[in-house]
Amino acid sequence: MKLSREEVVHIALLARLGLSEEELEKFRGQLSNILENFEVLQQVDTTDVPPTAYPIPLENVLRKDEASPSLAQSEILANAPREEEGCFRVKAVLE
Amino acid sequence: MDYETTVGLEVHAQLLTKSKMFCRCSADYADAAPNTHVCPVCLGMPGVLPVINQRAVEYVVMTALALNCTIPEYCKFDRKNYPYPDLMKGYQISQYDAPLGVRGRLDIEVEGQKKRIGITRVHLEEDVAKLTHRSIPGEGSYSLVDVNRAGVPLMEVVSEPDMHSPEEARQYLMKLRTILQFLGVSSGNMEEGSFRCDANISIRPFGSTDSGVKVEVKNMNSFRAVYHALEYEEQRQRRVIEERGRLVQETRGWVEEGGVTVSQRSKEYAHDYRYFPEPDLPPITCSRQWVEEIRSRLPELPDARQDRLMAQYGLSHYDASLLTTSKAMADYSEACVKLNAEVQVEKRAKAVSNWISGEFTRLLHATDIQISDSKVSPEHLVEMLDLIDEGTLSGAAAKTVFEEMFHSGKRAKEIIAEEGLTQISDAEEMKEIVARVVAANAQAVADFKKGKEAALTFLVGQVMRQTKGRANPTVVNKLLKEKLEESA
Amino acid sequence: MNLYDLTIHQAHQLLKNREISSIELTKAVLERSAQVEKKVRALVTITEELALSEAEKADKRISDGDFTPLTGIPALVKDNMCTKGIRTTCSSKMLENFIPPYDATVVEKLREAGMVLMGKTNMDEFAMGSSTENSALFITHNPWGLDRVPGGSSGGSAVAVATGEALYALGSDTGGSIRQPAGFCSVVGFKPTYGRVSRYGLVAFASSLDQIGPLTKDVTDSALVMNVIASYDARDSTSVNYPVPDYTKSLVPDLHGLRLGIPREYFVEGMEKGVEEVMRTAIAKLKELGATVEEVSLPHTKYALAAYYIIAPSEAMANLARYDGVKYGFSFQETESMWDALEKTRQFGFGPEVKRRIILGTYALSAGYYDAYYLKAQKVRTLIRREFEDAFERFDAVVTPTSPTVPFKIGEKVDDPLQMYLSDVCTLPINIAGIPGLSIPAGFADGLPVGMQVIGKPFSEETLLRIGFAYEQATGWGERKPPL
Repeated sequence: MKLSREEVVHIALLARLGLSEEELEKFRGQLSNILENFEVLQQVDTTDVPPTAYPIPLENVLRKDEASPSLAQSEILANAPREEEGCFRVKAVLE
Repeated sequence: MDYETTVGLEVHAQLLTKSKMFCRCSADYADAAPNTHVCPVCLGMPGVLPVINQRAVEYVVMTALALNCTIPEYCKFDRKNYPYPDLMKGYQISQYDAPLGVRGRLDIEVEGQKKRIGITRVHLEEDVAKLTHRSIPGEGSYSLVDVNRAGVPLMEVVSEPDMHSPEEARQYLMKLRTILQFLGVSSGNMEEGSFRCDANISIRPFGSTDSGVKVEVKNMNSFRAVYHALEYEEQRQRRVIEERGRLVQETRGWVEEGGVTVSQRSKEYAHDYRYFPEPDLPPITCSRQWVEEIRSRLPELPDARQDRLMAQYGLSHYDASLLTTSKAMADYSEACVKLNAEVQVEKRAKAVSNWISGEFTRLLHATDIQISDSKVSPEHLVEMLDLIDEGTLSGAAAKTVFEEMFHSGKRAKEIIAEEGLTQISDAEEMKEIVARVVAANAQAVADFKKGKEAALTFLVGQVMRQTKGRANPTVVNKLLKEKLEESA
Repeated sequence: MNLYDLTIHQAHQLLKNREISSIELTKAVLERSAQVEKKVRALVTITEELALSEAEKADKRISDGDFTPLTGIPALVKDNMCTKGIRTTCSSKMLENFIPPYDATVVEKLREAGMVLMGKTNMDEFAMGSSTENSALFITHNPWGLDRVPGGSSGGSAVAVATGEALYALGSDTGGSIRQPAGFCSVVGFKPTYGRVSRYGLVAFASSLDQIGPLTKDVTDSALVMNVIASYDARDSTSVNYPVPDYTKSLVPDLHGLRLGIPREYFVEGMEKGVEEVMRTAIAKLKELGATVEEVSLPHTKYALAAYYIIAPSEAMANLARYDGVKYGFSFQETESMWDALEKTRQFGFGPEVKRRIILGTYALSAGYYDAYYLKAQKVRTLIRREFEDAFERFDAVVTPTSPTVPFKIGEKVDDPLQMYLSDVCTLPINIAGIPGLSIPAGFADGLPVGMQVIGKPFSEETLLRIGFAYEQATGWGERKPPL
């Protein structure tokens, strides 16, 4: 499986991951190589095999609907790169 | 050419739980200072894990059952991946291919016709943070993120594309909201954003098998907005087709001020949610026993209540359907009817219904107050109705009294005493007033004598004005006629 | 004997008998750190003041008679577990200045037990790597050969325990990140059953594979730490409410009646001769101790690597989406648009291996590739799990090398991700199956450590500890100290 440049660009956009030209080329090569190796999976017969998404058989893990105090606003904002009016500040989010 | 419109709706309703979907922060964040209902979990801090709120799951199952859905045995949560500044983890915990409810239906009534709308699915997810846009001249613009809303349980109800007009869509929405309110699972407040709606709309020539081009419409913040936006879209799409333009599948936003929808195409956004099972949350198994237990706890729903109001109180279909547009209104009405057992039930029910759907609703709308928050309690209203029945208060004066009750919260008796609004039952006093009115309105008297019946109505009105509505119009009518004939 | 060379149980005896104080012990460990740190660089943060004040409190507890086997014992925590008020970096530029407002459940439990927290250990960035070379902060060196890697991703924890910078440390293991560095540094590393130890507060790499566990100087210490950290936690929906035994009860130096399987697929291509020789000797020793040893076949093993490197990056892609420069962490602002700021924050905040896995995971889940990659991997996961289940019908445990090689040279594999991934080939199937695995020192090849991995069915931690203990008592490989 050879990845095209466009595919890497598209994937990076989905993941919102900026890449330099150099990174783009390097990852394209490395990931193509990795994916080629992963072709081995296609040899496995998985007919009627259900996927495993959870490693242990748990179900219905629910909690009671009870509220407890939140953290102080100052604690929530303590790590904020930019804050204003008790909020996190970000560059303009336009629809 | 005639076109057929097809509409499908996606409704998001915040659930009325005490705590958020996956953490124990209070979900009641209205009026709270920004970022005060936040903990590491709903902030999406590194290392945190979600735990499912049981009540939220039950509320969704209740809703799904009320919408006649099937509750699958196996349900699970998935991660819906889309980076956005209002989404704390960069993914939303939602449900993809194993939702809590599937294949239901909702019956609506449009122009007296019953219509059945299919429900595709009902699922549970988490709300996102609130973004506020700021623009400072000279400095440019930026946005502020308040995380209080993030993680509040959000239920999504997706309909089949079974609606064919803006009115059907509006009826569907109102009915769905009423059901949620009857269930007590959501406030259904569209203006405050606890009940939101996105629509998919397409048109096609009648009889065509082509499905048309689906346009998604967002940003509709009221039932009226939904109606107008869909109406606008119908016409816009028709215009594009007739002008031989090309319709594109896209998302459009409703702009209330302009009364138009505008394209929200964003070049920068790539749509691929990459759903996969949420590994932090084991799946949910809905045992049949549990589902039946929830079903047995379902309250009476609007349709059933409407039928009962008709059977039990002799209300018309029209009155009963008006009273069941909200649970609060239905509860209020029934409370009124039950308060005075002396009065004949049908008569009282009709009076209560008239007041609630008339004057009361007008005042509630004008002041934007919910019936349950009104200063007029069922006891107050019933007391007033009793005064009317006794003859102490005339129907006309009652309007004035009610308005005062509504605004001040005083009782009818108090207002009547303060303003001297007791119905005039003294015949001599009435006769005197009638004589004064006849003497002062010679022209009207003359007109009446020429056979103008309208002149009598005018004179009755004058008497009512003089008495501030305290007179009984029937008596006034009778006395006026006597007086006029007397002077003939 | 130097105080910093003590095991937990030895130190506990001395503390209990008032032969030493926790302050003395803590100071000895701090001095040791100062001495070796410039050579090995295992620690991201040293919390000297906090350690001394905790040691003081511990001494008070001990004199009050209110103590546990871990009270007053200096410990280190991998820097991907949240520590309230103490910077938690994941060895990433992205979180270089992140100070969590809460403690991970394991940290909370250890603090209650009287841990003296010495600081936080270096790791591969966001636990992605097998050599600790992917730390964005600095490289950690193997004390058995300073030009060699300590393994990873919990390299800092393994090195710190091997050199006496702590008596024990916590690590996290997603595909071998506790066991492989334990093997490379000749210490004991234990990855418990998925769900046995709460993940709350562990910065997620791959949520269905991550598990916290101890790195210790011997098996007894491993049992002692497990006694504290193994528990049900209502904050982690995947934590299992299963009784926690006293793990020290399983420390019996005898293997009679135990059936051990040796999977032939773990002894093939890429395995170094030296490692194989050590393993043959170790297996002979297990027989000698009374175990029945038989070969077993686990044919799906060869698909585990591919399945793992699809599942783990897929989950990681989502887990790392929260690092957007808005709420915490590195934030790139010198740009106009919100999207550009987001993309650049991630471009400059994440290192190459993290980016590689984000791309790989995004690709495996993207429209058109989901079935061929993610879903296929999840199905293969089922087959691998079933294969282990079948094996455990016949065997009490399965024994393999921890890694096919001895510690490799720094820089040797950094430019070849696939070669680096192969370093986990013996350990990652265990995470895929969610089962426990213990790595214990098994000997040396050309002076470099070799680890032996013992694998069991879910919640068979006691069996694994028993095997490890018996072997350790009979051989004593872990008692050798690195030449520093």
